Amino acid sequence: MLAYVVRRCLLTVPVLVGVATLVFLLIHLVPGDPAEAMLGESAAPTDLAALRTRLGLDQPLAVQYKRFATGLLHGQMGTSFRYNTPVTSEILSRLGRTTELALTAMAVAILIALPLGVLGAVYRGRAPDQIAMLVSLAGVAMPNFWLGPVLAIVFAIQLAWLPVSGTGTWQHLVLPSVTLGAALAAVTARMTRTTVSDELRELYVLAARARGLSRLRTVVRHALRNSLIPIVTILGLQLGTVLTGTIVTETIFAWPGVGRLLIQAISFRDYPLVQGCILFIAVTYVAMNLVVDVLYAWLDPRIRYR
Amino acid sequence: MIIRRIGLVIVLVTMAAAIVGPALVPYGPAALDLPQRLAGPSGTHLLGLDELGRDVLARLLTGARVSLFVGLAVVSLSVAIGVTIGSIAGYAGGWLDEAVGRAMDILLAFPGILLAIALVAMLGPSLQNVVLALVTIGWVSYARLVRGQVLKVRELEYVQAARALGAPAWRILVRHVVPATLSAVIVQATLGMAGAIIAEASLSFLGLGVQPPTPSWGTMLDAGRSHLFDAPHLTVFPGLAIAMLVLGFNLVGDGLRDRLDPRGN
Repeated sequence: MLAYVVRRCLLTVPVLVGVATLVFLLIHLVPGDPAEAMLGESAAPTDLAALRTRLGLDQPLAVQYKRFATGLLHGQMGTSFRYNTPVTSEILSRLGRTTELALTAMAVAILIALPLGVLGAVYRGRAPDQIAMLVSLAGVAMPNFWLGPVLAIVFAIQLAWLPVSGTGTWQHLVLPSVTLGAALAAVTARMTRTTVSDELRELYVLAARARGLSRLRTVVRHALRNSLIPIVTILGLQLGTVLTGTIVTETIFAWPGVGRLLIQAISFRDYPLVQGCILFIAVTYVAMNLVVDVLYAWLDPRIRYR
Repeated sequence: MIIRRIGLVIVLVTMAAAIVGPALVPYGPAALDLPQRLAGPSGTHLLGLDELGRDVLARLLTGARVSLFVGLAVVSLSVAIGVTIGSIAGYAGGWLDEAVGRAMDILLAFPGILLAIALVAMLGPSLQNVVLALVTIGWVSYARLVRGQVLKVRELEYVQAARALGAPAWRILVRHVVPATLSAVIVQATLGMAGAIIAEASLSFLGLGVQPPTPSWGTMLDAGRSHLFDAPHLTVFPGLAIAMLVLGFNLVGDGLRDRLDPRGN
């Protein structure tokens, strides 16, 4: 197991270097002069020169890259142009909110997906199955930037049960987490239906029923339990969707997380902050994939020997 | 199977609506009726008016052109690039395959839409840049799919026979190997249309895609966000249009997969 973990970690290193290089090169994609793009066309030449020096844009590309890479190794991603504070501290101050939203969305997804998927598997081909799969199909097709405002119209405006935006109480978390979790719930419900219905055809399920176990107990204690590995995998694979989903969801509900910070940084042309947020989200994604792979290998030893 | 056909009907109806629809509506997508702004659906304006008094139905039909254009442009360019790179890398093997594989690993290490957001943020928001950004992330999935298929196909007897007869590598690729991978590509491309449409709408919603006054379903939804209280129809109709078209392409993709890839059943 340790050898697998070490090998998998080593394979991640070139990917991380590639991701960091790509993010570094992004700022050089800005058409024309990035300093002028940030300060505007009417900026004084002295201000432009000062900003170029501050961002290191007056240095050769190799020198800039070395400075960027050295900074990264020390946990520094430059200074935000808008806030005049280190990019790292701006991101870290919002990380808690994004984590809170992502974890709650995953919990919502699991709470919706497991019953829906089990219902579909138990009543496969019949009305409850068709209704469950129609609900999950709708979840896949509905983009979160539409579902969010629609939920806000119904539950915050028409019924006045929940706040439209902001943070502070658990009520503030309901609409953003349902918006973010809906698509994940839909995918997971479909996976649960397939795996549980495969398990229900196994002989041990028949044996359990023959021994007099109730249908509910057979499904929950045996079939669902044995279906958990693929379900956990699909949840892990969808972490990236949740992570990028926070960008839109946080923007809709004015949720003060890293995703909203990125969009605000883009509109203020705060390129160091844009670069930092993108790098942070991409590295988190790579790290989460690594954790999922390791967890999967731990759950299913056959993976390690492939 | 009926549900799959519904998908095809949705896609065909949307295409027809995008082509002839704007000509059938008595109002232009940019025609203003300020005194009536934010008016709800009525007999004269079936889907109501927006914040500047423009007809929502006319804008929705014109916006369908943008969505379908982005979908078609992104998918066709991604397929062309992905199939070319994937087939050459898979067939040639060696260092070329290694280099392409590493490049794909790095691009796949980014969550898809994040790289598109990053590219558009740096290049500036416009329809062309949205297409460019989505192609930059889009070709990878086709290249990976085709590379995998080519690795299998190149070992088949009829390909080895062609090689033994002295056919040049490009001819074997174009005439014998690539056609064998196309059914999988068609399925992926259909599902890719749904992905591209949703990605364009997401970028436009975030203010990074099509810029006003050009109507796009994403920008319409973004504008509707400020009027959730007084004009919910501005949010409901563009969202429904996106959801229906995405559902349509997903159903057609699923149906094609069932038809073209019996092993998937």
